[in-house]
Amino acid sequence: MAKPLSIIVVEKDRERALLIVDGLREAGDHEVFVMADDFALARRIAERNPDLVLIDAGNPSRDVLEELTLASSPMERPVAMFVDQSDGSLTKAAIEAGVSAYVVDGLRSERIKPILDAAIARFHMVQRMRVELAETRRALEERKVIDRAKGILMRAKGIGEDAAYGLLRKAAMDQGRKVADVAQALVMSADLLK
Amino acid sequence: MTASVLRLGYVPLIDAAPLMVAEALGFAGEEGLELQLTAAPSWSALRDMLAGGLVEAAQMLSPLPVAQHLGLSGAARFEALSVLSINGDVIGVSGALAARMRTGGFGFDFADAAAAGHALVAAAQGSLRIGVPFPFSMHTELVRYWLQGFDLTLDIRTVPPPRMAEALAAGEIDAFCVGEPHGSVAVERGVGVLLLPGSAVWAFSPEKVLATRAGWAEAQPELAGRLMRAVWRAGRWLGLAANRSMTSELLAAPGRLAVSAEVIERALTGRMVISPEGEERLSAGMIEFFDGAATFPWRSQAAWIGLRLAGRHGLDAAVAADRARLVFRSDLYRLHLREAGADLPGASEKLEGSLSHPTAVASERGRTILPVNRFFDAQIFDPAAPLR
Repeated sequence: MAKPLSIIVVEKDRERALLIVDGLREAGDHEVFVMADDFALARRIAERNPDLVLIDAGNPSRDVLEELTLASSPMERPVAMFVDQSDGSLTKAAIEAGVSAYVVDGLRSERIKPILDAAIARFHMVQRMRVELAETRRALEERKVIDRAKGILMRAKGIGEDAAYGLLRKAAMDQGRKVADVAQALVMSADLLK
Repeated sequence: MTASVLRLGYVPLIDAAPLMVAEALGFAGEEGLELQLTAAPSWSALRDMLAGGLVEAAQMLSPLPVAQHLGLSGAARFEALSVLSINGDVIGVSGALAARMRTGGFGFDFADAAAAGHALVAAAQGSLRIGVPFPFSMHTELVRYWLQGFDLTLDIRTVPPPRMAEALAAGEIDAFCVGEPHGSVAVERGVGVLLLPGSAVWAFSPEKVLATRAGWAEAQPELAGRLMRAVWRAGRWLGLAANRSMTSELLAAPGRLAVSAEVIERALTGRMVISPEGEERLSAGMIEFFDGAATFPWRSQAAWIGLRLAGRHGLDAAVAADRARLVFRSDLYRLHLREAGADLPGASEKLEGSLSHPTAVASERGRTILPVNRFFDAQIFDPAAPLR
């Protein structure tokens, strides 16, 4: 059996990191390390001397990893960027999933492929989670603003909660705007009048 | 007629302005182009987007395409259709280092690179950790060129520009060379003092280029011409002093640089605030988008970059210079921008560093004025004799 590969995942968020690590474990019996993208990243990766590094393509610290591709003389380069490898469809899938892989030169592609397939699948999940989280946060923010606007109307006009919401909804419909936007405008105006 | 769509990538910096202006002010529209701009989180990400065909063209660090053609950076091959910006970098030091330099009597004139180098070496106590945005960048080249003659151990580290101030504050680096507005951001956060503009090291250095995959512009001559003209007209608009405040507002708009217009305007006007105490310095030519044939991709600029890289990586100098000069496509620039009215220099190579005052040279329409382009050490780079 081939010796297990040493893989580093650069990811600060613990939940996301675990998700990716689980996926990689399913792809084979590999040693997986998680690192945060702090300032010592390049040095700590070099110390581990991994076969493969996976990092979110959206992470600005990716440029730090470029140093690894230049670590020694150009004649014996230890690390290649996966985007340079010959498998075009896999490269495209990786870019779309938002994962960047740095692979030690000379590692056979049949050893890399199952790991990257797993990584790509997990990075897709991570992306979905991120979108969902952003959506949830936005919905929560909107509800808070609408609640504040309702409160302002209830106090100012001495009406009940349902009537206050009805006023907001009517104003939104009349102006062709979202209820949350009307509520936001009201809250802002009320703050100014304080 | 429906507009042809072109996808462009950029990194949010002041020198991405020609692409943003070409899109936002209608220069692309006049050429029947619809530009779709995508911000990249890092230079590696932008390089991969261009290499992988997710965008047709991109703002790019001028040394990167050269490094690729020398075999130093991956399998992709780009080329420069034009220069997007001249200068625009600043060199800054940590508050602690600045204090030691002041104790040594240094006045932070923000001008004299030789004097600044001596003061820095005296204060740095033997070694200096300096952050740059990318290994293949004009920042790296300027820092190495500036400090090569000094007795100082350089530890050059890659730090993403938005994190430069943070890295300085955390004591991870002692100094930086970064594109504006990120030097001024470090000043605003009270963690750094600006020491020099990049132009104090090389008065007219090609900072960013308009890059495409090698061969794309010849396979799509019609599109390439329209793109080059739109970006060139955007550069001409940016070059007018009257447009500076509008430029800073445009770059500060939501979704662009995420830095205030007041901070962006410093580099555009050359009125730099160099320290958290608010000291001001005037620096002409902080960043240039048009004047002095700024957008012309001089083959001698590429040769200079190629030779600097070759020297560090143990490559044959003559071969490197020959490969490098072909990466800056002055031929395509002439082909596509002549009809737009660009004043084309008579030659495609010049002596880099030879002009210590603005000088008229022959151009296709008569004469064009080339600006000061000297190196701080008064060396002259002759692209025809790189092996001397």
